[in-house]
Amino acid sequence: MSIDVLMPALSPTMEEGTLSRWLKQEGDTVSSGDVIAEIETDKATMEVEAVDEGTLAKILVPEGTEGVKVNAVIARLAEEGEDVGDVDDSAPSEAEESQDKADSSDDEAEASDASDASPDDEDADEETAPPEPAAATLKDPQVPEGTSFVDTALRDAIRDAMAEEMRRDESVFVMGEEVAEYQGAYKVTRELLQEFGPKRVVDTPITEHGFAGLGVGAAFGGLRPVVEFMTFNFAMQAIDQIINSAAKTLYMSGGQMGCPIVFRGPNGAASRVGAQHSQDYSSWYAHVPGLKVVAPYDAADAKGLLKAAIRDPNPVIFLEHELLYGESFPVPDVEDYVLPIGKARVRRPGKDVTLVAHSRMVGYALQAAEKLAEDGIEAEVVDLRSLRPLDTDTVVESVKKTNRIVTCEEGWRFMGVGAEICATVMNEAFDYLDAPPTRVHQKDVPLPYAANLEALSLPGTADIIEAAKKVCYV
Amino acid sequence: MAKAPSKNTGSKSSSSMKREDALKHYRDMLLIRRFEERAGQLYGMGKIAGFCHLYIGQEAVVTGVQACLKEGDQIVTGYRDHGHMLACDMDPKGVMAELTGRADGYSKGKGGSMHMFSKEKNFYGGHGIVGAQVPIGTGMAFSNKYRENDNVCVTYFGDGAANQGQVYESFNMASLWDLPVVYIIENNQYAMGTSVARASAETELFKRGISFEIEGEEVDGMDVYAVKKAAEKAIKYARSGKGPYILEMKTYRYRGHSMSDPAKYRKREEVDDIRTHHDPIDTLKAKIMEAEIADEDELKKIDKEIKELVKEAADFSLDSPEPDPSELWTDVLREVESA
Repeated sequence: MSIDVLMPALSPTMEEGTLSRWLKQEGDTVSSGDVIAEIETDKATMEVEAVDEGTLAKILVPEGTEGVKVNAVIARLAEEGEDVGDVDDSAPSEAEESQDKADSSDDEAEASDASDASPDDEDADEETAPPEPAAATLKDPQVPEGTSFVDTALRDAIRDAMAEEMRRDESVFVMGEEVAEYQGAYKVTRELLQEFGPKRVVDTPITEHGFAGLGVGAAFGGLRPVVEFMTFNFAMQAIDQIINSAAKTLYMSGGQMGCPIVFRGPNGAASRVGAQHSQDYSSWYAHVPGLKVVAPYDAADAKGLLKAAIRDPNPVIFLEHELLYGESFPVPDVEDYVLPIGKARVRRPGKDVTLVAHSRMVGYALQAAEKLAEDGIEAEVVDLRSLRPLDTDTVVESVKKTNRIVTCEEGWRFMGVGAEICATVMNEAFDYLDAPPTRVHQKDVPLPYAANLEALSLPGTADIIEAAKKVCYV
Repeated sequence: MAKAPSKNTGSKSSSSMKREDALKHYRDMLLIRRFEERAGQLYGMGKIAGFCHLYIGQEAVVTGVQACLKEGDQIVTGYRDHGHMLACDMDPKGVMAELTGRADGYSKGKGGSMHMFSKEKNFYGGHGIVGAQVPIGTGMAFSNKYRENDNVCVTYFGDGAANQGQVYESFNMASLWDLPVVYIIENNQYAMGTSVARASAETELFKRGISFEIEGEEVDGMDVYAVKKAAEKAIKYARSGKGPYILEMKTYRYRGHSMSDPAKYRKREEVDDIRTHHDPIDTLKAKIMEAEIADEDELKKIDKEIKELVKEAADFSLDSPEPDPSELWTDVLREVESA
């Protein structure tokens, strides 16, 4: 039986082309891989190679023909043992179906409109996307009454979380620059080497892209890496592995390839270290589906959320703040304190204005609330804790009560976390708003070194107070 | 002390060919060839979209390496990955259905040509970013060492990826920590349209490990037995705990970089010369006939079986439905198990 040779689409956008030249003539034998013709696509001159073997029995489209539609039959091959003379030389009507299923289009419409890269684009246009599934309702665990609280520095709470999880699960290990012998550039991994040894507390060379990717591979291999970046500024070297490999592979593999990994380290401005060491990456990572992004403020949340992050089957970006490492906060003295990722915490109730913040800005928001109270303004402070998933319910509920919102972030305003929250509030609580949502943020410049300029650039308590008063029309 | 890289060219093993092995290699390579030809055809018909990088010409590399692996060894590669998947014994139907973007594809249609995986067959992708699979493969080797199993991760990349920085970051850590990884550089001479000579200061890519004390060898990647011999040695080395090993497979791709490559950067004669004189399948076929392992009829029978297998895969890939719209939202994140 003869084999149809079809006009191929040789670029994703090609719909038709010119059959410029036949390199084989009727009666020639062809084997797969032989160049039989040249065509001109919308982009270039391309060679058409034979897929099947046989004798070129009939050329149906002469060379020089322009506007040959993709998938039109351009020639017929006689198979081995078939008489060339028996091959039908009539061009098939578009409705005619070839016998060989793999060589045929599914139906008439497609045959005449096979130029689409995806044959089912038409259907796809009519298909509406199903609604996004609702997020699960999360709740913090109850701390039993009478629990004592231990004042713990943020860095120690983070260390404790890692140590507890390493004791619990052999597959958890920590890697990064200076995490072992040096005891951590910021002493966050202090004494882990002593307890767990060099197999599980791994000093890496200064090679962020490499060890981030190595961590992803180790996670694919069934381990639970905790990868420390000395600061998230250096993670920009590694961001391809974080986004393209860690975040997307579960989806691209149809759910086969989980990547249980934590990337953690200090994020945002330290003190007088200049622009390259002082960036807040909250919105960068929060932008990406497939990641979870956590940015705790106090030691208890850091501990509970880091333990959850290490147990999470997904890649988690854990943003710490260098300027909080030494600050002490009460941490509940309970065994296995694990918090759900994706739940905001109302740190201070109020009725007049909602202040939304994460990481270090929570401290400023609380200070601002104190001051505002002196002026009779009761601010509600929402600590987001997690940026992805984002607990929009808690924010929206608060705004419905206060009718005003100020978002506070250390990063730049443009396309930032505050922008997302304001958009959400306008979608979900527009009728409740008594003032335009307002954002507090870093000035739109690289962070300067000079003390006065640095102070002018970074947002603080005064900025929040000013913004809160503005939305309260005070 | 730097370990001196050595050259390993050709093989004289045809006299010691085992019938079973020889026919298996022939079958495996032919399956890749016919599968890829069919994929190219389906692309031409608009049934496969986007990017589609064919492995035609390079079949001996994965076929020879795969023959040296044992249960649990992992494979990871870049985007020219269909051959690797078939070599890993993944089902041609599932691979083709992924190419056509259908529900029965290995990634439920959500990955496509460049992003396919099979944990069951220890195939870890299928990565679309040039060189990104190298730290990942190194990390899998890290996990092997950490778990104290004796598995090896075979990490493939091309001559183009050999110029990516993360490859060297990986070499450094793999050698520093003696990780069980074999790096296979598939040097098919062109990174997209740029020849090795136009892109690489050191064109002998097997030497790229010297600064990291990684041994390397150049191998005739068009000869499945030469590949096998070199891979056996390299894998044994890595498995024994001595650390990484580099094999540069000198190979050639017959088709363009991707389907829409007019391949104007090389002459047709160059391609024809390799196809005529160095084709891995023809070479093996000649050896099989010469050693009287099988005759023309028997090989034709295999050809027919493979053709049928590939046709079944193609039919399956067109019959399989598109993924259900609800799949849009699945597999973004895994559910957290309640504590």
